[in-house]
Order: sequence, then C-alpha cells, then structure tokens
Amino acid sequence: MHGEYRVALRNNRLGLWLFFLSESFLFMGILVSRFYLWGNTRPELNQLNGLLVTTVLLLSSFTMNRAETALVQNDRKTFLNCLLLTVALGTLFLAGVVVFEWGGHIRPSDGAYGAVLFGMTGMHALHVVSGIVFILIVWNNGRRGLYSSEQHWGVEACAIWWHYVDLVWVFFYPALYLMGQAVH
Amino acid sequence: MRTFFKLGFVRGLLGQVLGTLFGMGLVTGTRAALGYDPLWAAEPAWVIGGLLGTLGFMIGVGALTDWAKWAIGVETPMHHGAPAGQPEWTRYFAVDLSHKVIGVQYTVWGIMVLLVGGFLATLFRVELLQPGMQYFTTDRYNTLISAHGIIMISAILLGVGGMINYLVPLMIGASDMAFPRLNAFGFWINVPASLLLITAMFVGGWDTGWTAYPPNSLRTALGGPLFFLGFYTIGISSIVGGLNLLVTVFTMRPPSMNLFRMPIFVWAAVGTSVLQLLATQLVGLAMLMLIVERSLHMGFFTPVLNEAAIALNSPPGDPVLFQHLFWFYSHPAVYVFVLPGLGIISELLPVFARKPLFGYKWIALSSIGIAFLGFLVWAHHMFTSGMSNYLRLPFMYATLIIAVPTGVKFFSWLGTLWGGKLTYPTPMLFVLGAISVFLLGGLTGPPAATITTDLYLHDSYWVVGHFHQTFFGGFMFPFFAAMYYWFPKVTGRKYNEALGKLHFWLMLPSFWVMSLGQIWAGLLGMRRRIADYDPALGVQNIQVWITIAAFVIALSILIGLYNFIVSARSAEVAESNPWRSRSPEWQIPSPIPEHSFAMPLAVVGEPYDYGLPGSVYVRMAPAGAGD
Ligand code: HEM
Ligand SMILES: [Cu+2]
Repeated sequence: MHGEYRVALRNNRLGLWLFFLSESFLFMGILVSRFYLWGNTRPELNQLNGLLVTTVLLLSSFTMNRAETALVQNDRKTFLNCLLLTVALGTLFLAGVVVFEWGGHIRPSDGAYGAVLFGMTGMHALHVVSGIVFILIVWNNGRRGLYSSEQHWGVEACAIWWHYVDLVWVFFYPALYLMGQAVH
Repeated sequence: MRTFFKLGFVRGLLGQVLGTLFGMGLVTGTRAALGYDPLWAAEPAWVIGGLLGTLGFMIGVGALTDWAKWAIGVETPMHHGAPAGQPEWTRYFAVDLSHKVIGVQYTVWGIMVLLVGGFLATLFRVELLQPGMQYFTTDRYNTLISAHGIIMISAILLGVGGMINYLVPLMIGASDMAFPRLNAFGFWINVPASLLLITAMFVGGWDTGWTAYPPNSLRTALGGPLFFLGFYTIGISSIVGGLNLLVTVFTMRPPSMNLFRMPIFVWAAVGTSVLQLLATQLVGLAMLMLIVERSLHMGFFTPVLNEAAIALNSPPGDPVLFQHLFWFYSHPAVYVFVLPGLGIISELLPVFARKPLFGYKWIALSSIGIAFLGFLVWAHHMFTSGMSNYLRLPFMYATLIIAVPTGVKFFSWLGTLWGGKLTYPTPMLFVLGAISVFLLGGLTGPPAATITTDLYLHDSYWVVGHFHQTFFGGFMFPFFAAMYYWFPKVTGRKYNEALGKLHFWLMLPSFWVMSLGQIWAGLLGMRRRIADYDPALGVQNIQVWITIAAFVIALSILIGLYNFIVSARSAEVAESNPWRSRSPEWQIPSPIPEHSFAMPLAVVGEPYDYGLPGSVYVRMAPAGAGD
C-alpha cells in the first residue's frame, strides 16, 4: 500500500470510531429519555411489525458484509449487487417504520408515548437514510471502478456506518417493543 | 469588485440568504399545497429557513465542495496557499485548509463575536444603574441577557478553537491537523450559527437565558427556536473540532514525542476535546427536542396530557429531563472553556519564571481528571429543580472532589513561580492576573456546590459573580496572555508593550470590582436575570460600581485590539524567539512559512527544563537522520 494512503487510512479509521463514540452519547441520551419518561411501561405496538423490520435490518447488515467481502475477493458483480440489496432492505425497513409504525394509532403529540416513539424511530430513521445515501454513493463510485480490493476506505467506512446504525436498532428495538409493561 | 464576489465569505452570506428564503418558500408552498390557512406560519418557516440557510452558507462558502466531488468520484488534491490568481489576504475570507489560517479565522471571528456580546452587556448594565425600567422593556432586557450569555459562550468556543487549531499542530511538529477539510468545515459552520443567534434577537427575541429551560422555552417568542438552532449548529463545530484534534494528537506526533513529552497545552487540548466530542451530543439532543416539541407538539417536557394521550394511558413529559440533558453537556462545557486557558497558564509560567514546570505529569493528568470528573457532577446545577432528593448528596460530593485536580494545577503554578527569576512582560501579567481571578472563582464555587448554602445562592448574583470569575480566570485573561505571547509568532511583529500593560492594569482591577460587586449583590439578595430591583435591597450603589467596571473592561479590551491591529500592520519586526521558549513553534521563522517544519522534529529532552544548562527539548533533523 502507498505510504500516504496508509497514514490517511489510519487517521480515517480512528476518526470514524471516535465519531461512533460521539454518536453513542446521542443515542444513550435518547435511551435515557425513554427510561426517564416511560419508566417500566410501554405503549401497545404492533409486535409483528417490530419483529419484521428488525429482521430485515439485521439481514441488511449481512448483505452489507457480503458486499465488502466480495470486493476484497475482487468479485465486482456480487459487490455491487449486494450493495443494492442492502439499499433495498434498508428501504424496506424504513417503509415498515414510516408506513406501519407511524401510521398506527399513536400520534407524535400523544404525551410521552408519542414523543419518545417518534423521537426514537425518527432519529434512527434519519441515520438509516444517511446510510442509504452513503451506500448509493459508494455503489456509484464502485460501478465506475474507483475501489480496488486493497484500497477501498469509502466502502469500509460505509459498511461500518451501516453496521453501526443497525447496532443502534438492536438497542432501540427492545427499548420500544419488549421492555416494561405494555399499557392499554 | 470581482475579487469581492469571489470571496468565499461573501458567497456564503449570499448562500445563507438564498437558503433561508428557499426554506421559507418551501414551508409556505407545502402549506399552500396542503390547503392550510394562513399560508405564512412564522415558526416552521424560520426553523426550516434557518436550517437551509446554514446549509446555503456552507455550500456558498465552499466548505462542502470537496466532499461533493469525492461523492461523485472526482479527485480532490490538497491545495496549499492562496487560490490561483488571488492575493494572499483573500485566504482568510475563504475556505482554506491550512491550520494556521483556520486558527486565525477562529480567533478573529471569535473576537468579533466577543465584541457583539460585550456590547449587549454594556446595554443592559446601563439599564441596571437605577431601579425601575428606563431604557428597555422587560422583554428586551431578557433578550439582551440571554443573547449576551450564548453569544459569549460561542465567542469563547471560537477563541478555544483558535488557540487549539493554531498551536497544537505546531507544538507536536505536525504538518497540519489530521482532517484539514473537516477543520475548515468546523470553523465555517460557526459563521451561520453566529448570524442565527443575532437574527434571533430581531425576530422577537427570547427570554429564557442561555439555559433554555422548559416550560418557558416552549412558550417564548420566535427568537427561541432560532437560538436553539444556533446553539445546535455551534455544537456541530465542537464535535468535529474535538474529533479532529484527538486524531491529530494521537497519530501525528513524531515517534520520539511520547505522551509525557508533549507540551502541556496539548494535554489541555485533549481534555477539552474529549468533552466536546462526547458531551455536546446531549445538548444538541436537548435543543432538537425543544424544536420538535414546539413545532410538532411532541411532549417530552410538558407535564400536561391531551385527550388522546390520556386515552393511551401515556405518562406525561417532564421538564426536569431537559435540565439533566442540558447540564450533562453544560457542566462539562465549562471545562471546555477553561481547560485550554489553564493550559496556557501552565505553558507560559515556566517561560517567564525560567524554571521547570512543577509536577508536569500531575498537571497533565489533572486535565484528564477534570475532564473525567466533569461528567459526574452536572446535577449540582439542579439542587433546587425538584429532582429526586437522594441525588443531591452524591452530586455535592462529586463536585467538591473536583477541587482536587484543580488544586493540583494551582499548587503546581505556585511551585513553578517559587524561586523563579520572574520577568513581567504583558503575557506574564495576564497569566498572573488569570491565576488571581481563577482563585476567586474556585472560592465562590464550593458554597454554590454545598446544598445548604446553594439553596440561598442559587439564581442569585452570586452565581453570576462565580461564573464570570471562572470564565475570566480560565479563559479571558489566559486568552489575552496567549494573544500577546504568540503575537510575534503569528504576525512577525512586536506589539506595543506600554499599551499592553495599560490593557492589563485597566482590566484586572475593574474585573475585581465587577465580580466582587456581583458576589456582594448576590449576598444582599439580588436575583439574576431580573430587569428591575427593589431599592430597599440596597444594591443600587453596587450596581453603579459594576456598570462602571464593566465599561472599563470594555475600554481595556478595545485598547488591546487597537494594539493588535496597529502593531500587526506597522510595528517593528520581532525576533524569531523573543521569549527564549523551548517549544517547537518558536524554533522556526516568524511568521511561519506555509510548510511549518522544513525538517522533521525530533524530541531529545524534557519540554520544560528551563534554566537547566545544556538541556534541549527538540531538534530539527533532516529526514532519515537520527533515530
Ligand atoms: C471548584 C470549582 C467549582 C465549583 C465547586 C463550582 C460549582 C458550581 C455550582 C454548584 C454551580 C451552580 C450554582 C447554582 O446555580 O446554584 C455553578 C455554577 C456555575 N459554574 Fe461553577 N464551579 C466551579 C468551577 C467552575 C469553573 C471552572 C467554571 C468554568 C468556567 C464554572 C462555571 C460555572 C457556570 C457557568 C455556572 C452557572 C450556570 C448557570 O446557572 O447558568 N464553575 N458552579
Ligand atoms: Cu457545573
């Protein structure tokens, strides 16, 4: 690897992980607000929908990982297809949240249940959207052959970002759907 | 004229105006499409306008250009020096990737913002000369003190950014910061943020103080949401700036500079950056929650339920939650403001005492200790907020424990001074002044941290006195010390020593009068953030003294700025190392060339062995030579 690229790569990696650390404080703040306001209760939500969107998102982490591995193995076709598959799954997740969860019986203005439900899913959805945009950029650049199996920081960053956003949902899902007493 | 419109700054301003108008149009258009009546809704229009205006500024100034190119796969080589065909000075008005230019941009913009904030203070100080209302309505008064608070905080953050960006890469012998584009972004986002804060004063103002507590902040005028947005935007700058600095310090030092051989200011910068990186997210979140609660009625902080929420059996919102989120940032933030200044004190004392810094390791670790403890004490601002009682005691003890690392710094300064061969040029005067003022702040803090006394002191002028002491001791005085000290390095010229001393001798005593006056007024029962007071309190004379002192401080700062401006243009050329410092930045020419270090830096000794014959800290070695 080129010396300058290696230095930049080391800086970029450290920078991205520090950014994750910073974002974790944001998401921790949101979780704390959830427990502060909801305590040991939660609103009645569509459990099937919650399970489905979570499954879809976890699957998308798998396809993202496939994409990166394929690039390392110089399998360009699988790389690009898996990126698109990830975008599709991400969009499906968003649709599940926006259409089904937001379209349910709870409105944002409905007390702490509405505020926290929409606040958590909304902030997370924003991050999913940013991830999808990122993947599309990487897909476009990948299509034009800008990444090689050795030098592909853009792909790596995009992949970890996507995994990170998924990881956040792994904490949000139980906080929204599973923990505490469901209130009717 | 052509040059003028080519300046990134001018294009940014145009971008902000266009972006704001576009955002307002978007909101109004959407309302029209959905058949809402009336079409014009001021709050969403201003919030979306403010957001897109900020984006417009960043696009206009060109801070996003390289990333946009990267996204479409265009190479973006690093550019050094002025843009092709433009004079050198235009660099300062456009996106420039050199940390030295960005450091100056931060500092100069910080001083301009400081002047605005100071001007507001003189206005409301005049109102306080007499009981009763003379010049302003109470709403105007409240807007003035709120804007003064947040504008000064942004000025301090800018000053901190200026010192850190300019100095840290030089002190560790790095060619630049780790992420130069992010660095430029982090500076420029402050400009639309400052403009948002100033606009907020003219669209109705707001009356919450800088702390924005609900429920008041949910009901205050239109300036409120613009202030939240401006605060949020400043936060973005803090986060990316802190991140950039940490990566720079951890990866760009020469291999021979281990952590305990870094200049001490670098340690302070690391402490500050950790706090900026992590804590800022919480205040950003709190501001965002206020914005959506106002515009979408999401009841995070409102304890009242609507019908639908009652039908759901939903718990209510809680205003105390806001205070937790807010102070989880805003207490650590006070250390963001003062750690660099305390670092400056530790940095300059050995130079002017010609003695090693006393207890280097302890000072270095105390910065980190303060940063860490800073996360554990936020609720000492909430003793009277109605939070759970059992929380008060641990927060009281945690707060008092911070006196330990702070005391470490203090005694190390005394130890450094002890037996030194002291000289007293202007920077040294400001350092000594800073210590005396910070000591005051350290004495007025513990009574506010002790529950029993704080029940009386909270929300009184005592608190106002306390935090002005810590801000002046921890930031303002050290900042001016740094300005005078590095002035010859940055400009290559000497400042006027007589004017510098005048600046100091006006500012120090008047500050003492002002802040002791505030403490005294607080003890007599004067409440903070109140436009009027009862003559029977007996504080009017004190108010007069405070106001006079405030004007003298303002005058002294103007003298300082006059000195900087005139000296930078026409004063005598300075030697390259007038203070006989050992630090790397003084071993290279002034002003510093585009590529700071012609040769890589090698650390061969301890940083602060002043007065030890024959000891050397750094050597410049041709690449490949040495170890
Ligand atoms: C040993 C040192 C310190 C202690 C024990 C201390 C303690 C406190 C306490 C308990 C309060 C809350 C008072 C109240 O509202 O009732 C307070 C307020 C404040 N302190 Fe300190 N402090 C110390 C140092 C500092 C430092 C270094 C700074 C940094 C500049 C600082 C800045 C502030 C500010 C800005 C406020 C007012 C916040 C507000 O109510 O708007 N303090 N301090
Ligand atoms: Cu505090």
